[in-house]
Amino acid sequence: MQTITEKILSTHAGKKVYAGELAVVTVDGIMASDTTAPYAIKAFEEMGGAKLWDAEKCTFVIDHASPAPNERIANLHKFMRDFAFAQNIRLFDIGEGICHQLIIEKDLVRPGQVFIGADSHTCTYGSLNAFATGVGSSDLAAVMLTGKIWLKVPDTIKVIYKGILPKNIVAKDLILALEKILGIDGATYQTIEFHGEVVEKLSLASRMTMANMAIEMGAKAGIFTPIGLQLPYEWTPTFADEDAKYIRTIEIDVSNLNSQIAFPNSPDNVHDIQKALGTPVQYAFIGTCTNGRLDDLHEVADILRNKKIAQTVRLLIAPASKQVFIDAMNDGTAQILMQAGATFLPSGCGPCVGSHLGVPGDGETVISAGNRNFKGRMGNPNAQVYLSSPSIVAKSALKGVISDE
Amino acid sequence: MTFVYGDNIDTDRIIAGKYTKTLDMNTLAEHVLEDLDPSFKTKVKQGDYLVGGENFGCGSSREQAPIALKLSGVSVVIASSFARIFFRNSINIGLPVLEIKNHDIESGDEINVDLSNGEVKNLTKNKSYFSAPMPKVMIDILSEGGLANYLKKYGDYQL
Repeated sequence: MQTITEKILSTHAGKKVYAGELAVVTVDGIMASDTTAPYAIKAFEEMGGAKLWDAEKCTFVIDHASPAPNERIANLHKFMRDFAFAQNIRLFDIGEGICHQLIIEKDLVRPGQVFIGADSHTCTYGSLNAFATGVGSSDLAAVMLTGKIWLKVPDTIKVIYKGILPKNIVAKDLILALEKILGIDGATYQTIEFHGEVVEKLSLASRMTMANMAIEMGAKAGIFTPIGLQLPYEWTPTFADEDAKYIRTIEIDVSNLNSQIAFPNSPDNVHDIQKALGTPVQYAFIGTCTNGRLDDLHEVADILRNKKIAQTVRLLIAPASKQVFIDAMNDGTAQILMQAGATFLPSGCGPCVGSHLGVPGDGETVISAGNRNFKGRMGNPNAQVYLSSPSIVAKSALKGVISDE
Repeated sequence: MTFVYGDNIDTDRIIAGKYTKTLDMNTLAEHVLEDLDPSFKTKVKQGDYLVGGENFGCGSSREQAPIALKLSGVSVVIASSFARIFFRNSINIGLPVLEIKNHDIESGDEINVDLSNGEVKNLTKNKSYFSAPMPKVMIDILSEGGLANYLKKYGDYQL
């Protein structure tokens, strides 16, 4: 009688564990970015660390402010590279892509594993039926040293998506609809387990979009049912037991779901798109670990093909990885988007985290395919950020106002 | 002095992403809470208390958030509830955090904190609150001043 989380953590704790118990678990993979790795390196050294417990299991990614916008960050990147080379840590340097995209794309996490990342959106890998959670730099440093982490086994909220998915309703709408129900802290210290006929049909990319935003409800992890997950290798699915104990079960009938949009300044300030229609926007952004994949760029290209974005709007696109960028070039997607007026940024976090590459001006309104719109998130506290699906961002870029047609 | 803020104080408002990419810790304190309360950094003194409502520290995993608060002089953060990663990060860097559900501490209240038993005395309202208990491992990490010292001493986690 275990949830997916309890099962995976049990295999890594060496004993059966249940929600509420504390456990020290072994870790299969770790990751840190240029926001968190420098502090993790420092903490590792303060802990007396000399050599990583297993460098093969560690990945560093320079994606948050990449390429470096100033000398301070350039030196931070250098510090990270020097440590990675000295320790033989796998490093994805500037332009390779967003950490979470790379960890999955490069086959660095697999179903059933425990993965610890020094970035809150590490929960994305729950899309692969794995247990993955975000920590800060010190916790990551401790894993670098010991290969283990202590955790409280979280309770699980079971979310069942049922009904018939309407045309034009996508993964982003499904997760924003849940965000509206749970709120910004509705799953704090808990796992969200995704089930139901609707999600069983979703691609890995769509599952990633949804698991990614589990943290936006405070969750420790967001784990998908293995049903329907297609992977190019042999793997063992982890199912929840029939009689697993859930702290809460939420059923969402998607049959009448509208496009969803999060208003400023919180990802849980979610409404049906109708409430936002007509709001002028000056800046549209496609990208991030939530919605920067090839499927997303295709969704946008379908809307922008042979059209031009409004003169009053700038459209920035940061593909989630170099591979996504290459694929979008090879199949003509990039050309469609650029001819429509889009500006491509290097693969990476882009303007989502407000460190570089496209900060909005005072009083400007942004429509973003990203995951967070806290005040100041994109680098300017005097800008407003709305969050929605790639197709809504594209439609809004065409019209110059938030639009669903 | 006690600074009191509301619910859902996210890490972007504690320290914006544009300031997090540095190992020069003091620059963090210069920008702490800048988008929430621009006057905070000039008013805060060593040993001051910071009080929040629900879900304090939600958002990113940046450990720079509790580091910025600690370096600015904040000695304890009290909140009705905390976001998970922020709570862990704070303990890991040796910043005491006390979860006190339904506290009614308001701006201007004079409070006194006793970390040994998690008691917060509100001298203005003449009442006491007690924090939710923490696991032993967290108390041990905090009493060593942070995770680095803890692991240097114990070498591994002792639950």
